[in-house]
Amino acid sequence: MHELAVCESILQQVLVVAAAHSGSEISRIKLRIGPLSGVEPALVKRAFPVVASGTACENAELCIDDIVVTVFCRACGLTSETPPNRLVCAGCGTWRVTLMSGDEMRLESFDLLESNKMELEDV
Amino acid sequence: MCEVCGCAGGTDHFHVIPAETMTDPGCAGTPPLAPPARGGARAVAREGMSIDVNQALLVANDHVAAHNRAHFDAAGVFVVNLMSSPGSGKTRLLEETIKALGDVLSFGVIEGDLETENDARRIRAAGAPAVQITTGNACHLNAEMVHAALHELDLASIDVLFIENVGNLVCPACFDLGQHRNVVLLAVTEGDDKPEKYPVMFRKADLVLLTKLDLLDAVGDFDPAAARRHVVDLGNDTPVFEVSARSGAGLAAWSAWLASAVGARRHVAASSRMHGHAHEHIPHG
Repeated sequence: MHELAVCESILQQVLVVAAAHSGSEISRIKLRIGPLSGVEPALVKRAFPVVASGTACENAELCIDDIVVTVFCRACGLTSETPPNRLVCAGCGTWRVTLMSGDEMRLESFDLLESNKMELEDV
Repeated sequence: MCEVCGCAGGTDHFHVIPAETMTDPGCAGTPPLAPPARGGARAVAREGMSIDVNQALLVANDHVAAHNRAHFDAAGVFVVNLMSSPGSGKTRLLEETIKALGDVLSFGVIEGDLETENDARRIRAAGAPAVQITTGNACHLNAEMVHAALHELDLASIDVLFIENVGNLVCPACFDLGQHRNVVLLAVTEGDDKPEKYPVMFRKADLVLLTKLDLLDAVGDFDPAAARRHVVDLGNDTPVFEVSARSGAGLAAWSAWLASAVGARRHVAASSRMHGHAHEHIPHG
C-alpha cells in the first residue's frame, strides 16, 4: 500500500505551495496518474482523506483523469492505444515502440479558496 | 565535501530531508524542498484560485534519489536495485556473486526487509559489508532510507553496491533510490506470466534474471521463452538470463554483465570528474 506514501507526498507538496499563496482551504487537487505509473487512483482517493485529516486539504476533492496507454511505433509510425501489459503496435505488432502516455504520476494543480481577494489578484 | 550534511556529494546540492527525520547525525540541517515560483496562479470563477504545480508526485523522493546518485557517482560506485517477489533468490544470488567475483570486484549490500538482520548476516558471511534496513510494515525502500544506509558504508572501497529491495513486485517499482540499473528476478517456481501480471515492474527492468533454473524440470510448466516474450511485449527488449545460484549455471553471463556495467560506470565517473560534475537539481525558489 505505497499509495499512503504517495498521498503524504501529495499533501506536503500542496501545503508547501499553498503556503506561498494566501488562502485558507484547498478545495480540489488535480492529479495525472497513468495505468503504468504503479499507483492506483482508487487507493489514492481512499487514502488521501486519512493523510489529510486536520490539514487545509482535509476537504479537498481529488480529481484524477482517466489516462490511456498509447505507444508510438518506431517501425511503422502509428500511434495506437494498448493495454498496460501489452505494449506493442496495434498496426504492425512490433514491440519497437515508444511509450507516449500511461506512466504519468504528476501533481498538476490545486484550487485554493480565497481568503483575501486583493492579495490574490496581486500574484 | 558538503558543508551542510558532511557528505561527499560536493557542495552544490541542496537538502530535502527534514533534519529531524535523518538517522545520520552527520547529515543534519536539511532545508525542505522549496515551492515553485508563485507565477503559476490563475483565477477560477467562484472556485477561488487554481494554482499550477506540475511536479512529479514523488518529487521529494526523487530529489533525495538524485542526491544519492551524486554520492554514488562521486565514489564511482555502480548501484543495482534488485527487485523481485519474496523468495525468488535475491540474497542467495548475491551470496554466490560475492563468492565468485570477490577477488576482482568489491561489493557492498544494502538489505531491505520488514524485519530481521538475517540477510545482512548472510551477506557478511559471504564476505561483503552489508547494512540492513528494517522497514517495519513499509512495503518498499525509499530514497531517504537508502541515504541513511549509504553513509554507513565506505563507498570509496566498493565497486558494486546492491540494494536488495523488499520482496514485492508492486510498490518498489515506484520509488527511485538513486540506482543506476534495475535488475528484476523471476524464479522459475513463480510462473512465466509474471511480467504480464506486473507490467510496471518488468517494464522498468534493465536486466531480468530467471532464477532457480535447477528447479526447471521439477516445476515442469515454466517456459523461459514465454517469460522472455512477456518482457518483450512490454516494449522492453532488455536481456533475460537464466541462472541458478545453486548449480552455478548462467552465472558467467550475469558476471560479464556486471563487469561490463562497472567498466562503463568508471568511465562515466572519470568523465564527470574531468568536467566538474554536479548532479541534477529539482528547480526551486
